[in-house]
Amino acid sequence: MSEQQKPILILKDFNKTFGKGCAHCDGKPENRRQGYCPKCRTVYACQDISLSLYQGEIVGIVGESGSGKSTLMQALYFDSEATSGEYFLEAYHSGEENLFLSSSQQQKWVRNMLLGMVYQNPMMGLKMNFSAQSNIAEKMIAAGNRQVHSMVERGDTLLEQVHIPLIRRKDSPSHFSGGMQQRVQIAKALANEPPILLLDEVTTGLDLSVQADVLELIQKIQRERKNSILLVSHDLSVVRMLADRTIVMLNGRIIEEGLTDQVLEDPQHPYTQQLVYSLL
Amino acid sequence: MHERHFAFLDESSKKEIRRAVLKAVAIPGYQVPFASRELPIARGWGTGGLQITLSLVGKDDIIKVIDQGSDESVNAVSLRNLIQETTDVASTIHTTEATLIQTRHRVPEQPLKEGQILILQVPLPEPLRNVEPSEYKTKKLHAEADYSGAWLKLFEDIMCYGQAATGADHPVFVNDRYVMAPTPIPRFDNPKLDHNPALMLFGAGREKKIYAVPPYTKVVSLAFDDYPFQRERFVGKKCRLTGLENVYLDELIDEATGEVYYQTNDSSYLLEFLNRDEGAGTV
Repeated sequence: MSEQQKPILILKDFNKTFGKGCAHCDGKPENRRQGYCPKCRTVYACQDISLSLYQGEIVGIVGESGSGKSTLMQALYFDSEATSGEYFLEAYHSGEENLFLSSSQQQKWVRNMLLGMVYQNPMMGLKMNFSAQSNIAEKMIAAGNRQVHSMVERGDTLLEQVHIPLIRRKDSPSHFSGGMQQRVQIAKALANEPPILLLDEVTTGLDLSVQADVLELIQKIQRERKNSILLVSHDLSVVRMLADRTIVMLNGRIIEEGLTDQVLEDPQHPYTQQLVYSLL
Repeated sequence: MHERHFAFLDESSKKEIRRAVLKAVAIPGYQVPFASRELPIARGWGTGGLQITLSLVGKDDIIKVIDQGSDESVNAVSLRNLIQETTDVASTIHTTEATLIQTRHRVPEQPLKEGQILILQVPLPEPLRNVEPSEYKTKKLHAEADYSGAWLKLFEDIMCYGQAATGADHPVFVNDRYVMAPTPIPRFDNPKLDHNPALMLFGAGREKKIYAVPPYTKVVSLAFDDYPFQRERFVGKKCRLTGLENVYLDELIDEATGEVYYQTNDSSYLLEFLNRDEGAGTV
């Protein structure tokens, strides 16, 4: 057997709860109903999530609204604190330090240098009243760049790659269409060439032709740069098109995972079966 | 006898403000919260500076109050009258004679010296406010020394206008630690903050913050490597009355002829310069 490749991202037993928990639900998953405790109303948004991501791989995460997909992404990008769990990145101290326990300064460094995030809602990822160029530069400034010319040059290159005409580079995203805002987000996420991209429902809410545009762009970028991508969507066709592996989430838990074709062609869990067969 | 306290404020208020000032001096550039008192003037009219002045002033002090360079504007005169009526201390317009100088939006042209205290009135103490509206978050950003927001604002200016467009209040980096709003002093005055022999105190009455630049502290104006910091430049312009060139100039229009002319903004500096020959030795 050849040497096994090491994953570049490992998440172990990640939990995220909103609320304090009580004697009824603490450590007793059987007493929780659909991810929350009927007694104290604590929400168990993510429960014992473990996953890994390999170099150059696209992993899709599907599941209905409220299944904990976005909570998971936000924790991976340090937007919200994990309740418990371990998070390792190969590129950070050779994957030996649990990032959930790192200082917020270190987390910021990781966020700026190793991760790129595209939010479902561009309002979360962009400063709507700053120019598109500045939005992209924000990541480079955070990484310590103090050269205006080099940042402008890089911004121009990225804007061209995501097909935004350069005459609009000084316009603010508030004057852009939804699809363009999404593409500015993608350009921003790529600013520091991070090895890992986190895409949270990037195409939701866009019309079909723009969806196809954005998806094609992601595919192209991934082929050129060999990024690893964690892709959240509730749209199975997006996942079918992009993802190598697929994870299915329900009520904060992973209920099924495997190769995308395998999961979508031969679903094992009743919920996945329902999800796949309800496709129009 | 006097019905009111010396320097208007009661002793425990002054003590609390002095404690905040001490903490501010100990952590250059850090905004120390304090319980801003009610005063006979409205908040936003220099109450921060006034509270620092009132809590520091002693019977031997000589005060000078300036408003945008002028000793004679309504605000400057009113504040000075209030301080004098409640303390009976002497006042001056001469920067070199003053021990306490309360100022709005200018640092005097006359270089300050050791032992003097410059007290600046601050409208908006938070340099990150225009990129982050939440106080909770800006406090965190200061704690983590994450100043990309301040840099981003400069970058955006360069994007839109081709240069740093901060007319006043150009952010500075104090003692290699905190980014600080120097209050709306013109960029012309920013370099005066660096290694200044005088103590500089900043009071924001409405925002309830006090911060400080102790004597001889390193203060650097933020600037990108390829867009160096620049003061306002008055190339080919000079003061109509004195012929001075290395001072901050006001642009004025002669109402009769419509002609544009320039005049030294710092009124006491202007007077001292004009009187230098007549009253030799007094300046």
